[in-house]
Amino acid sequence: MTKNFFPIISILCFIIFLWYIFSVVLNSSWALDKAERSSKTLTFKELVADTWSQKKPKLPAPHQVFSEIWDTTFNKKITSKRSLVYHGWITFSATVAGFVFGTALGVILAIAIVHDRATDLSVMPWIITSQTIPILALAPMIIVVLGSIGFTGLMPKAVISMYLSFFPVVVGMVKGLRSPEILEIDLMRTWSASRSQIFFKLRIPKSLPYFFTSLKLGMAASLVGAIVGELPSGAIAGLGARMLAGSYYGQTIQIWSALFSAAILAATLISAISLIQRIVLKRMAWSG
Amino acid sequence: MTFFVLAIIFWLIAWYLNVKLSAYRASRLPKILAPVLFGMSILFIWEGAIESFNISPVILPSPSSVFIKFTISVPILWEDLVQTAFKGALTGFIIGCSSAFLVALVVDRFKFLERGLLPISNFMAALPIVGTAPILVTWFGFDWHSKAAVVTTMVFFPMLANTIQGLQMSDRIHKDLMRTYNASNLQVLLKLRLSAAMPFVFNGLKICSTLALIGAIVAEFFGSPIKGMGFRISTEVGRFALDMVWAEITMAAIIGSLFYGGIALIEKVITFWHPSQRGRA
Repeated sequence: MTKNFFPIISILCFIIFLWYIFSVVLNSSWALDKAERSSKTLTFKELVADTWSQKKPKLPAPHQVFSEIWDTTFNKKITSKRSLVYHGWITFSATVAGFVFGTALGVILAIAIVHDRATDLSVMPWIITSQTIPILALAPMIIVVLGSIGFTGLMPKAVISMYLSFFPVVVGMVKGLRSPEILEIDLMRTWSASRSQIFFKLRIPKSLPYFFTSLKLGMAASLVGAIVGELPSGAIAGLGARMLAGSYYGQTIQIWSALFSAAILAATLISAISLIQRIVLKRMAWSG
Repeated sequence: MTFFVLAIIFWLIAWYLNVKLSAYRASRLPKILAPVLFGMSILFIWEGAIESFNISPVILPSPSSVFIKFTISVPILWEDLVQTAFKGALTGFIIGCSSAFLVALVVDRFKFLERGLLPISNFMAALPIVGTAPILVTWFGFDWHSKAAVVTTMVFFPMLANTIQGLQMSDRIHKDLMRTYNASNLQVLLKLRLSAAMPFVFNGLKICSTLALIGAIVAEFFGSPIKGMGFRISTEVGRFALDMVWAEITMAAIIGSLFYGGIALIEKVITFWHPSQRGRA
């Protein structure tokens, strides 16, 4: 990590630098237009200052986005509809609910697939096919249909998140539960271990590194699912709804701040899993 | 009720057949037949449940009605497909993947860039980039150009991360061998490292192929001309014409699977040497 620290920081600085340049380029036409209408000529300095401080810029400058995030996170009451914490919490709860269901479904399917060849042959191809369907396209329909039979709020979004997050868990766990070598299984047999003993004492511990890797992928997928689930009309709260409202009213700064809080949320959730992974694997004496 | 019971019986028989089939390891037949039987039993149970429990078509249409709707609205479906999949998704996929590939080749020359960009692009690949859709739609307008732009940004980082990682995959001993042949950097890249990177490149392409269609469809929710799969889905949901929505989904599933399958097929031809491709025949 320390080895990569300097390269990462310098590339991030470069990206921010490019971002400022682009916001000047993209916003300048509006600034020039405005100046022409009030028959003024702008010096270069005034032009730059204007492009970095417009109210509805095409591309808001980084400091505008971050001050918006700061403002809507810390200066608004948590219950307020303008608070990012409020919207973030709603997205967060849908993400986690879907993630938990998806993980449970994925683990159960993986166990069935590993132990029963008929399930492996008949269900596994359909699991893979299920992900080549652009399932996010189903999002508005799932929301409307579940809404019409009485499920509203958190559940429909969680269903979409679940659909997206179970897949990496199934694939990772099947790989993980099959990772014990024949030698190790034979050793268990010489100890006269039953099938369930092999499962709990060999297969489960051996699958844990795979499990955590799939959890991270599943969490990322689950967040995308929750955000897209909030896009269709009807959702009024959550980071996705905030993006949609922002795009309706041309509030670009609002869209960008919602986007960045989604990124921060993703980073937090994934690093939380990494932390748990490190603690658990250390306790189980897995090297690494 | 009878139809539902019959469907359940069919499912049980199919499951029994699958158990028998799976014990039969010598031929390839079970690998094809088992999933087909399973898929058919799901369709029968679905149809049977709709028929027997009087589920309103507004909630879930039956597979047969979806099939009928699909066959009579082929022209509309085709128009949507051209707009979304070919113009939007495919253009974006090609631009995004090829530019990511070229950037990876450049980055590969500089260790410093590589160290910084690999973690960043891994991180970006996990982000909900689809959220940039409303921004890009306002930048590039409602037609397919904005959809291609969304797809480009969505596929760029997964592809970049995979290609950079793939280019690191060639063994040291192979590189040393190339040195002893007095191979130039370009020759090492072309003859050794690019082919060693191919499994990762194809992994990236496969991930991107599903992302591309998702990106194009979701971008249409934010504004589109009066055609396109995402447009059709959102308007037909509003009219509660769920059979049309499901016909559109079927179309998306077919094109998505074809796209993915095509890439897998090319992969099989190009990376025939890789352990995951050998020994399966």
